Amino acid sequence: MISSDLAIILPEIFLSLFAMASLVFAVYTKKDELAPTMVWATSAVMLAVAFWVLLSGGESHVAFGGLFIDDSFARFAKVLILVSAACVLLMSQDFMAKRGLLKFEYPVLVVLAVVGMMMMVSAGDLMSLYMGLELQSLALYVVAALRRDGVKSTEAGLKYFVLGALSSGLLLYGASLTYGYAGTTLFSGIITAAGEGVMPTGLLFGLVFIISGLAFKISAVPFHMWTPDVYEGAPTPITAFFATAPKVAAMALFARVMHDAFGNATHDWGQVLALLALLSMFLGSIAALGQRDIKRLMAYSSIAHMGYALVGLASGTEQGVQSMLVYMSIYVTMNIGTFAFIMSMERDGRHITAIDGLKQFASKEPLKALALLLLMFSLAGVPPLLGFFGKFTVLRAAVDANMTWLAVAGAVASVIGAFYYLRIVYYMYFGDETEQAVDGKMQPVAFGFLMASAAIMLLGVINLFGVDGYAATAAAALVN
Amino acid sequence: MDNLLSIITFIPAIAAAILALFLRGNDPAAQKNAKWLAMIATGATFVVSLFLIAQFEPSNTDFQFVEERSWMMGLSYKMGVDGISILFVMLTTFLMPLVIWSAWNVNVRVKEYMIAFLLLETLMLGVFCALDLVLFYLFFEAGLIPMFLIIGIWGGANRIYAAFKFFLYTFLGSVLMLVAMIAMYVDAGTTDIALLLKHEFSSGGMSLFGMQIVGGLQTLLFLAFFASFAVKMPMWPVHTWLPDAHVQAPTAGSVVLAAVLLKMGGYGFLRFSLPMFPVGSDVMAPLVLWMSAIAIVYTSLVAMAQEDMKKLIAYSSVAHMGYVTMGIFAANQQGIDGAIFQMISHGFVSGALFLIVGVIYDRMHTREIDAYGGLVNRMPAYALIFMFFTMANVGLPGTSGFVGEFLTLMGIFQVNTWVAVVATTGLILSACYALWLYRRVMLGDLIKESLKTITDMSRRERAIFAPLVVMTLLLGVYPALVTDLIGPSVEALVGNYETALAEHAPDAAVTAAETGDH
Repeated sequence: MISSDLAIILPEIFLSLFAMASLVFAVYTKKDELAPTMVWATSAVMLAVAFWVLLSGGESHVAFGGLFIDDSFARFAKVLILVSAACVLLMSQDFMAKRGLLKFEYPVLVVLAVVGMMMMVSAGDLMSLYMGLELQSLALYVVAALRRDGVKSTEAGLKYFVLGALSSGLLLYGASLTYGYAGTTLFSGIITAAGEGVMPTGLLFGLVFIISGLAFKISAVPFHMWTPDVYEGAPTPITAFFATAPKVAAMALFARVMHDAFGNATHDWGQVLALLALLSMFLGSIAALGQRDIKRLMAYSSIAHMGYALVGLASGTEQGVQSMLVYMSIYVTMNIGTFAFIMSMERDGRHITAIDGLKQFASKEPLKALALLLLMFSLAGVPPLLGFFGKFTVLRAAVDANMTWLAVAGAVASVIGAFYYLRIVYYMYFGDETEQAVDGKMQPVAFGFLMASAAIMLLGVINLFGVDGYAATAAAALVN
Repeated sequence: MDNLLSIITFIPAIAAAILALFLRGNDPAAQKNAKWLAMIATGATFVVSLFLIAQFEPSNTDFQFVEERSWMMGLSYKMGVDGISILFVMLTTFLMPLVIWSAWNVNVRVKEYMIAFLLLETLMLGVFCALDLVLFYLFFEAGLIPMFLIIGIWGGANRIYAAFKFFLYTFLGSVLMLVAMIAMYVDAGTTDIALLLKHEFSSGGMSLFGMQIVGGLQTLLFLAFFASFAVKMPMWPVHTWLPDAHVQAPTAGSVVLAAVLLKMGGYGFLRFSLPMFPVGSDVMAPLVLWMSAIAIVYTSLVAMAQEDMKKLIAYSSVAHMGYVTMGIFAANQQGIDGAIFQMISHGFVSGALFLIVGVIYDRMHTREIDAYGGLVNRMPAYALIFMFFTMANVGLPGTSGFVGEFLTLMGIFQVNTWVAVVATTGLILSACYALWLYRRVMLGDLIKESLKTITDMSRRERAIFAPLVVMTLLLGVYPALVTDLIGPSVEALVGNYETALAEHAPDAAVTAAETGDH
């Protein structure tokens, strides 16, 4: 039995072994000088594992008596997590090296976080859920504070740690209540205990606490407070990492817990999620209006985007899960491109994040400006760019689930949101000359990611690269 | 050729891609190449579209030249035209070469300018050809991006305010339409416009937040679409973005905005609101009719008070669009024929008027009416053309402007006499502001020192106006050219509308009786 179980979690085992081996290797050799090579090697390994997961067949497997689930849904999320983490790692190398932040621990911590995320999306039990979540979080706390001597970075790390610990506490409390009333930590057991119809009140409380804990991780309003500060304080590549892979993992975990453990209580959690979505969309859009720092702006933008993804989830249907997965894929692609650009915003070698610095950027660098323009319109959800199709599919899921009010609210919030994305375009194209303009030089890797991401936004209109098909299979595996 | 529509739609986009990818440099030679390529592409589009109208069968009220491919997420890429949309396609392909030609003297970021207009043409044509809800929305919304950039980059002093106002106003209207489209999809299970036209949306009364909604789902859907099309049209009181956008946009941008983009609203009413939500339209028609009447009178009065020529013409556009909405919601053959005719005619006339302002703006760099006077002394050819289009704008018989206004008024008179009475005063008011503008700019003595050296129109400028003059006259003296093409489709539209209302009428009577009891 154990050997077949191990075969199922082979990718995770492989990545963990790789992380430990590279740690040991780096400690006993030349340490930080090897870091650039390690970044490349790690990215390559993660991409290879992504490929492996992608090709590892379509059936669902359960390992360790239900603790670990390997189905199409988990595989979809894992591929997204691995690829986005590898991309962020690749494009961050130059930025980190220039600022003396390229320690050998960095790629190792990223791999460990990724292993945690892979655990999360495959969790079939509250215990394995918590294990994955904490493995991810602990690695992330450290990378947030990677710039040890920077006040903002340490502040970001500490803030993230304290609030993260609080959210873990909420989650654990919810898990203990759930265990108390369901008598088991297995999702498959909880769903039987919750039964059809009315849930025991204690279980309902457990559900609400678990939702709160998970909402922290995806930074849904009102559990979003840490996001802008952490995004602003952490080194930009780390911010890029926070904005992509962990969000996918937490969102997928959210879907997993809701559907696998509380799948019969769709109505109970549907309204909670709808409220979270509503608040996130509006607060994310409105609060971003006043931001002058592009990293803070992206923080609020990500809050709003999580709101849209939650709209899909809140509908509580298979179509809802599919739309959430499509939305997350598009969101991650857009953010990788945007952050590849933000990382390269510098003037005389100094990193600047003020939006003012983009004034008249289009006349200096028309091609990059055009790419960023496409990304901004895509983030705003203007057709024919992919961002629109993301919004379209989640709104469709909401209307389909009789939540038209939520769809209307999402549509209105997207207009408010459009304003600040347009402002970036406005600075680039119509702004006045400024002293503090960015140089506009980009490293080839970052430039490549920016261009590729913009091109995907434009060309995806043809057939979405088939992502909706994969997402449909994944959603079908989760909701049945 | 079974993909003629796709070819027409995407020729400009392909030219734009070629410009973006292969044209380097910003020297005069490169600028010239960009202009020529844009000219050739728009010209070719027009030539190909002639095949379209040649093969079009007016008597067939179904969609023609239909092409369909499957797309993602259960949507389809479906294109086709019928009597209602074909003339808008022709209008767009006809005007775009003239627009490009009128921009011949632009020398700031020429390549990007041409790309923006070429993309805009593709998106506008797409709107009129799309037969899938989401495809329609995609083209409809995407048009905002190039227009936002055209106003924002090449516009006047206050361009940023105008660009944002334009974008956000229209975006807000459209997202509500998007939700309505999704609701339609969920209700009917398809996004195919041809099938949706046959689908009957529920019109039973329903209550929302305690309010009784007559016409139920149909009214709600109508309102959501109305939010989008009324802004686009633009109808009073959501017209305020238009004067700002027009004043700040460069000449070519104003021409496209007035001549084609405004027509999307009217087209939308004819394609979606009226045929798909007949009961909703019927419930809301009185409101729309009175809004139109107010628009005609109010904006005509506002136009009279303007100091800026472009603003004056912009307000006159709003007034003329008032006739269009009035004709559409009169919902009879004359009204709708007149509305379509008015839209086509307005495309030529208002496009020409913005070009006319552009001619003197290029020379004097001001649009203040007070800065001019007595131009007739130095610019006789200009005076003639200005006079001609002023008369067309007023609706002088013999020009296309007359036919549209006459038909819409005839249509509305059969439905609501009071609205007709109010709207007719608009004719007098339009003569007031248009002739007064002409007097202030053109007539009198040439006393301003700065105007003493102004030159008459160049050969290029005259050539641009020639086709517009021809079309305006031709449609004015032989309107059957348009009405024969659109007639059968409009007849079918009106027929279906009345059948749907008649079917609904019994339960409407029941509802009325119930409310009467309370």
